[in-house]
Amino acid sequence: MIPTTRPKLQFLSPEFVAKIVEEGCLLLEQQGIFVENYEALALLAAAGMKIDASAARAHLTRKLIDDCLATTPEIIKMYDRSGRKEYVVGGDEIHFDPGSAGVSVLDHATGAERRAVTGDLVRLYDLVETLPNLDFQSTALVSSEVPLPVADIWRLYLGLLRSSKPFVTGLFRVESFKPMCDMLVAIRGGAAELAAKPLAIFDACPSPPLKWSRLTTQSLIDSARAGIPSELISMGLTGATSLVTLAGTLVQHVAESLAGIVICQLAKEGAPVIFGGSPASFDMRKGTTPMGAIETMMIDGAYAQIAKTLRLPTHAYMALSDAKVNDAQAGLETGIGAVLAALSGINVISGPGMLDFETSQSLEKLVIDDEICGMAKRLVRGIEQRDEVLALDKFEGVLAGAQFLSLPHTRQWYRKEHSFPGIIDRDTYEAWVALGGKTMDQRAAEEVAKRLGAGPTALLEPKKAGDLKRIMDSYASACGVASLPEI
Amino acid sequence: MNKEDLYRSMRKAIVEGDKPAARQMALEAVRQGLDLNEVIDKGYVPGIQEVGDLWGKGEYFLPELITSAECMKAAMDVLQPEMTKANVKSRSLGKVVIGTVEGDIHDIGKNLVASMLQANGFEVIDLGTDVKLERFIEKAEAVGADLICLSALLTTTMANQKKFIDLLGTRGLGGKYKVLVGGAPATRKWAESIGAQGYAENAALAVREAKALVGR
Repeated sequence: MIPTTRPKLQFLSPEFVAKIVEEGCLLLEQQGIFVENYEALALLAAAGMKIDASAARAHLTRKLIDDCLATTPEIIKMYDRSGRKEYVVGGDEIHFDPGSAGVSVLDHATGAERRAVTGDLVRLYDLVETLPNLDFQSTALVSSEVPLPVADIWRLYLGLLRSSKPFVTGLFRVESFKPMCDMLVAIRGGAAELAAKPLAIFDACPSPPLKWSRLTTQSLIDSARAGIPSELISMGLTGATSLVTLAGTLVQHVAESLAGIVICQLAKEGAPVIFGGSPASFDMRKGTTPMGAIETMMIDGAYAQIAKTLRLPTHAYMALSDAKVNDAQAGLETGIGAVLAALSGINVISGPGMLDFETSQSLEKLVIDDEICGMAKRLVRGIEQRDEVLALDKFEGVLAGAQFLSLPHTRQWYRKEHSFPGIIDRDTYEAWVALGGKTMDQRAAEEVAKRLGAGPTALLEPKKAGDLKRIMDSYASACGVASLPEI
Repeated sequence: MNKEDLYRSMRKAIVEGDKPAARQMALEAVRQGLDLNEVIDKGYVPGIQEVGDLWGKGEYFLPELITSAECMKAAMDVLQPEMTKANVKSRSLGKVVIGTVEGDIHDIGKNLVASMLQANGFEVIDLGTDVKLERFIEKAEAVGADLICLSALLTTTMANQKKFIDLLGTRGLGGKYKVLVGGAPATRKWAESIGAQGYAENAALAVREAKALVGR
């Protein structure tokens, strides 16, 4: 059989990739990187790097960067809550997860955004658990009624209680690392078990240009030592916090990400790291950060290509939209993003459900986007050779065009070769009218109600749920938070 | 160069974003011993107003806006010391203390607002990023500010905008300063819910909002 070609997108020539990496490394050597974290600066100094202590700026050599790249794993194996299902984050494997961390939900009943509360997050987790093309969960909403000191851990706590899928999450405060890590360890039954089978990825964002803050740097260090994969979310805004040219922004993106990798590897050699990002083509008219801009997606695809040549797992914020409701813009931006991300072979694709510049989540959009993600996944499976002889022998004894429907060959392959959408409309016009003439958004709302009506499908076993509750309660009381919402 | 030509050149320098020219014209005005308040009002201000109009019409984008604001500043950097020296009071729309709230090191939006306010005649004291809430009050008290502008990009740090208003209240300073909030997660509704007097979605609208708040 002829091997299947996986459709693949390349934005840059090998020479262009090399030039971007070269300039990125030189930027780290000449300009250096601002690191607002004493522990990281000490690690860098111990590795022989020149530190400008008064400016908290570290100058990195190409040698150190190359050494750190050599010890960074090429693939990461994530596991679900049970520890049985494995997800390979690396190569050209793609996994979709909801865009995080929104502060609002698009309320279908009113058609307007409102602040998210715990109930919204619970519904989101329950829904995503049932959506087959969303491989991971993310702590996709911030509960506005929960006090800030426990807002980050609260999201993960709820998620672990209600979903079996691996998580993409992150810290709002340095202090939150320990209780969040403790919860993950409690699920796995030990620290070594967690490191062997990671359940959550921690996002850490450098601040453009060329800065790693105290919180995000500490997240890199603590995660590295616990064996928790860090996802580096560099986010230059073209012409605002990075150069206006796409290639110029890529140089900065590479520099910030390589600095993150170095910090992780110095904290713990072999630490798992994902080269990700959330850059945007800054809108010079509105001052906004459109994730649905084609240039944003081009930067994403290009840095992923660069990361692959450096043999690193990849991530991007794609398959999301800046529309405010589930309209044509929402569908087209999400669809283009999902397809380009899949064709780029990006391992963790965060975006589904998201609207309004990464601030709002929509349950209806999650259902719609699940279909989009399914199409993208089908696309990259490519066209396979199913039969030794493709067609010639099938025509023996059959008049061309006559009875394909009843051919055993049809029955054998149609479900493998073709996908069957849930709420995408393929009815005839008359049938569509007879069914109420509903829009995609209306059908999605019905699907949400149906799926949520079935109740939670992946509640954590009571004993472990009790362990997590103890960690949550004790941390909340240490933070002076007297009460937490009823779930 | 006669006065009218000079004013025209000043206006042109601002509109075209020509910083060396904006500075050069200011030096020329000083050399000729002109009334510097008139120079500002008839030379430079019409320029920045035209830039605002071009922005409104959709012809100018942020790079033009911010460059013109910087040209305005380059001119004022020449004129203001001269006015101080000559004991001429410069006309200011009001004093603004601005910064990004503690826990947040994002400054692009805040810088845009600061530049635009300054270019439009406000006296701006920029405290930078990750500014302790106490510091906004200390500075506002020290300089006799009219407005306090709080920026936050993160939803987590946006909560500090509310904390600040509460803090003003506990200090018995509620109502003494007009507080404007902004940043990606902030909304008009958020501003109203926390008791802030002003909110703007972008830097150009921030100027309009600030002017309205000081009654101009």
